Parts: sequence; C-alpha cells; structure tokens
Amino acid sequence: MSRRSLTLLKNLARNANGSGFQTRSVTYMPRPGDGAPRAVTLIPGDGIGPLVTNAVEQVMEAMHAPVFFEKYDVHGEMSRVPAEVMESIRKNKVCLKGGLKTPVGGGVSSLNVQLRKELDLFASLVNCFNLPGLPTRHENVDIVVIRENTEGEYAGLEHEVVPGVVESLKVITKFCSERIAKYAFEYAYLNNRKKVTAVHKANIMKLADGLFLESCREVAKKYPSITYNEIIVDNCCMQLVAKPEQFDVMVTPNLYGNLVANTAAGIAGGTGVMPGGNVGADHAVFEQGASAGNVGKDKIVLENKANPVALLLSSAMMLRHLQFPSFADRLETAVKKVIAEGKCRTKDLGGTSTTQEVVDAVIAKLD
Amino acid sequence: MARRSVSMLNRLLANRPSPFTALSRSITYMPRPGDGAPRTVTLIPGDGIGPLVTGAVEQVMEAMHAPVHFERYEVLGHMRKVPEEVIESVKRNKVCLKGGLATPVGGGVSSLNMQLRKELDIFASLVNCINVPGLVTRHENVDIVVIRENTEGEYSGLEHEVVPGVVESLKVITKFCSERIARYAFEYAYLNNRKKVTAVHKANIMKLADGLFLESCREVAKHYPGITYNEIIVDNCCMQLVAKPEQFDVMVTPNLYGNLVANTAAGIAGGTGVMPGGNVGAEHAIFEQGASAGNVGNDKIVEQKKANPVALLLSSAMMLRHLRFPTFADRLETAVKQVIQEGKYRTKDLGGDCTTQEVVDAVIAALE
Repeated sequence: MSRRSLTLLKNLARNANGSGFQTRSVTYMPRPGDGAPRAVTLIPGDGIGPLVTNAVEQVMEAMHAPVFFEKYDVHGEMSRVPAEVMESIRKNKVCLKGGLKTPVGGGVSSLNVQLRKELDLFASLVNCFNLPGLPTRHENVDIVVIRENTEGEYAGLEHEVVPGVVESLKVITKFCSERIAKYAFEYAYLNNRKKVTAVHKANIMKLADGLFLESCREVAKKYPSITYNEIIVDNCCMQLVAKPEQFDVMVTPNLYGNLVANTAAGIAGGTGVMPGGNVGADHAVFEQGASAGNVGKDKIVLENKANPVALLLSSAMMLRHLQFPSFADRLETAVKKVIAEGKCRTKDLGGTSTTQEVVDAVIAKLD
Repeated sequence: MARRSVSMLNRLLANRPSPFTALSRSITYMPRPGDGAPRTVTLIPGDGIGPLVTGAVEQVMEAMHAPVHFERYEVLGHMRKVPEEVIESVKRNKVCLKGGLATPVGGGVSSLNMQLRKELDIFASLVNCINVPGLVTRHENVDIVVIRENTEGEYSGLEHEVVPGVVESLKVITKFCSERIARYAFEYAYLNNRKKVTAVHKANIMKLADGLFLESCREVAKHYPGITYNEIIVDNCCMQLVAKPEQFDVMVTPNLYGNLVANTAAGIAGGTGVMPGGNVGAEHAIFEQGASAGNVGNDKIVEQKKANPVALLLSSAMMLRHLRFPTFADRLETAVKQVIQEGKYRTKDLGGDCTTQEVVDAVIAALE
C-alpha cells in the first residue's frame, strides 16, 4: 500500500503546484485591428509618483503591451493642470497618474479634484480585497467602493463670511446622485455582484443625503436581482472593521467615499496594494486606489522603497478597460504570484525590498 | 511509511484547489458608464438541430439575465439567397448567432453559410479546439486555434462546365486576402499570449497559389518577432495532428485546408459538438458552432431532441466576450465546464444519453 500511495502522492504534489491561478480557455475573439497600440497619457506626479509610474512603464515594456505612454510633468503646487495635459487626456481618453500632492491650507486647490471635474470623471472606484499570501487581521474582504467624484463636500465652495467665520458649501444634486447610483448598480450587474450598500448620514443631513438616498432607491428598483440596503456612515465604519464580509459594492457621496475607501483599503492590506480608477462618460484616469494625494514621505523617496503594487494592479485595470484582457490577466497573475511568494515585499507589507526589486520579480514572473 | 504518506496525502488534498473553482476575477473590470445597456443580436435558428441548440442558448441567456436580446429570423438552407432583411439586421446589430444551415449537395443552390460570410466580408473563421476537463479523449494537451480564411480559395464558388463532361473549378488566392488573414492570425496570437503560429499549405504542388499565401504570412511574421512562425504541408499536418497535437498552437490556413484541419482538430479534442468558434470581419461577427457549420445532424437526433448544445453555448460565451460582457461570459463558461466535468448530463456524442433540455437545465442550475 505504501508503494501505491507514494506514486499517488507524487501525482498530487505535481498537480498541487498549480497554485490556482487560472487561465481562460475559451477564446476572446478580437476584431481585426484590435491589437493596434493605444496612446495613454502618463502623469508621474510628485513624491513616489515618478518611482511607481516608472515601474509600470518597465513592466509594460517587458510584456510588449500595445500601449505607449505620453509623459507630462505636473506637480501638486501648480495652480492649474496645464492645458496641454488636458488636451492630451481628451485625445487619448485614458490616463495613468501617480499622486499629486495637495498643499495644506488656503490658496491652491487640489489638482486631483481639478482633473476629475474638468474631465467630468464622476465615478471613483476602489477595489479592496484580500490578496492571497498577505495575511491581515480581516479575512474575506472583497469590497468595491464607488464614490461620487465631483460634488458633495469637495465642491470647493468656501468663503469667509466675516473674519473668523468660514462657510463651506456641500452641494448634492439629483443629477449627480442619480448617475453615480446608476453607475454603481450597472457595475454590480456587469460584474456579478450581489449587493449594493448606500452609505449616508441622512439622519442629520436630511435634505442633502436624503436626496442621495432617494436617487439610489429609484435606481435600485430597476435591478430587482441586486440586494440594496443603506447604512449610516458611522455605523458603516464600525462594521467595516468588525465584519467586513457583509459589504459588497458600496456607493457613497464624495467625503464618505474617501474615508470608507481608505478604511477598506487599510483593512485589506493597505493603500499600497489596492487598485482603483476614476471613470466618466468619455475619459478614464487610473491611479492607486485610495489616497490619491498620498505621495509618501521623503525617506521612502530617497530609499526608493515605494510600493508599486497598487499602480501595477491599476494599470491591469487600465489594460482591461482598453480591451486587452490577456495582457491584464498576465500582469495580475504575475503581481499576485510575487505577493503570494512573499520574498519581495516593500516596507508597508512587512519586507525590506526596493521598488526596483519588486518590479524585477514581477517581470520575472510574467509568462 | 504508509502512516506518513497518509498524513501527507491529507494535507495535499486539503490544499488542492477545487476543480469547480469559478474563474472569478479579483481585479475589477471597470466598465464605462452605459456599458450595461442591452445589445441586440441577430439570431438565425437554421435547419435541423439548429432551432434546438439556439433555443438552448436563449434559455441560458434568460436565466443569466444577460444584457442581450435576440432578433429572430427564419433562414433555411434550401433558400436561394439569404433574405435581405436578415442581412440588414446583421449589418445593423453587427453581431449574429446562428445554428447550422444545411447546404444541399449537388448543383444549383450555393451555400448560404458562404453567402453570409462573403456579403458581410467576414474573412476570418476561428475555431478553438481544446481538451475539456472531464471529457476523456485519445489525445491530451490539445489547445489549438485554427484561423481560416473565409472568403476565397477553393470555396470561391467559381465553377463552370467547359464542355459537357468537363468541369473547371477555380481556386483564387489573392495577396490582399492572404495578408489580412495572416495579420489577423498574428494579432490574435499577440493579444491572446500565444507563442506559435503555423501556416498550413500545399505549396510544393500549388506553387503559385499557396506560395502567395506563404509569402504573405512570412511578411507579417517579421512584424512579430516574439511569436514563433513555421510552415507545414497540409498532408503532414493532418498526420501530425493525430500523432502529436500538442505541437500546434495557432494555425493559419486558406479556406479548404482550414475546413479540414478545423474538423480534425475538433474531432481529436472531443468532437464538433463541443468546440466553440466564430467568424469575424472588420465590422461584423457571426458566432456558430466551431467546426462543421453545415452539419445539422440527422433526423433521428432532431426527433429525439438529443443534439449537443455545448458548442453553441461556448460560442455564445465567446459572443458575450466579444460584446464586452466578460463576467457573463465567464459565468456561462464555468457553468458549462462544470456540467461536462461532472459527467452526469451528456448527449450521445459524448457518450451519454441525455436530451438537449436536460443539459440546458443542468447548465442553468450550475450558474451562480
């Protein structure tokens, strides 16, 4: 019996080494001409931005992906995004960017928000999920936070009424609430998600968040197979850290979305690994999932130890958005394998590698 | 030693991924706003088993709430031409799903399958022949994609009787068509991470015709240095297919060889009842069962309703992916593969005894 079990063991061991990263067998039949290279605007940004966008460029080269980048220098302290950059994005329709640091205090408005408003990128999407091989305090996390990007508390309408008194306007419109709700439910429908949760504080801000909720409820009626529920934002934050597996897709106005996305990213492994993007009717900008304004400390920049995983996974989302699913799959699989192995990790994941070491590991794992 | 191997076995079995792990993508496909709007697809049930299997697809699409709705048109193989309204509909919708159209043998009526492809200039036919897990065949590790030129070659339909008793049939090969099919084949390989493209020909005999085809392939191959290119004569190719099919990856062929190679490859991998395929042109796409589009089964299968719907179900998964609904495509594929792997619901050509409806019900039950 032991002789037979030995061969059985050998067979099992051979098959178990397929680490569960699956490949698609039924083909994607492209249209003729689908392989033509696409131009993508690239904005390296500040701080760790140039480091991680460079990582993406290297990996794209290694894969021979049909994208080429048009680089533009934009820094957080500029007062406006340069016109040529906007034109480039309008022409290419897709942009990949590192973070743009927003100075604290009066004067300069956030360039991240400016970009989103000018291009009307009304939906911000962050996918927070547990990565195999990266243990965290929370398991079974798979949350997608869809956040309204253009209005709400970030409308930027502030004024000083009298010296010492400042008013800040939070604007909620039916138009914007409806379209973000429509996007969230359409997203859930297209990606086979079962539940959409609206996050609000309508017990206090009865009219503003009440309008948001009404729009969500109306749209929910059109999708009877998707469960819809609502949760107050303070309870939501508590539930996120207690029982995150109850959440699936979350649709939120601007400010709550920012906080919920960062919290969800944090419980699932950190903002250094979660991918995300912003999409509007005509354009899409991909950047690391949460904390687009977080450009890291000077020390990380000096030592070149920034985590490129978030931007690499966002560029995989970008490849899928550009309809290159095979390349997207290869990139994702390589990144996930590197993380699962655990040998090359930057400081925020508990290791000591530099950005370049992680990039080299990913390139080595591409097949 | 037996004691240690038992515990090792237990550990290994515990860590093994379940064979039914759905291909769930963790990194999201971020759709554009409005991507979920339903698409219209022309549906041509066809002859013989056609209505049975297209009915199967319609049921499954309903069950999945897929964002497609079908416009049905009756076309039968013995009609002289494809009706005008059908062509209009396909031109408008850009995508069509069809069952087989039986072409009468002998003079007179030309094949409606061919007519459709020529009118809409659907120049590439793609058949993906792959071993389906759970379906045991004599050949393992088969994963071949046959890309076949669809509009010219031996199927130009140019025949005439010179004198009574003597018939000439013209095989036409043009640089234009050969170049575009070669370009499509290499682009396909590039976009789907395939490593090798093999051109199938008989240029030792038809030196000018197949020679022109080969020249076009060689020129295009120069633009893709990352993809291996080689050539094989069609008779040797057929022998290699049944002897060592794992050496082939993507195969690009002219019209007739492609028909034969596709059917052979489909046969070694499990039969034409399970292989998906489609036809694509610059603007339109038609999805039908992979090989043997003209094979509509015999009357007995139609009466007993025992046709195999798997090929058309997998082709409709290709169609969903073509229409940019990747999640629906994945769900459909996973459900179909699960049903085949379990082995309880199989039609006669796969060794079982079920009806089409039983297979469809099993697929719908397996959808998640």
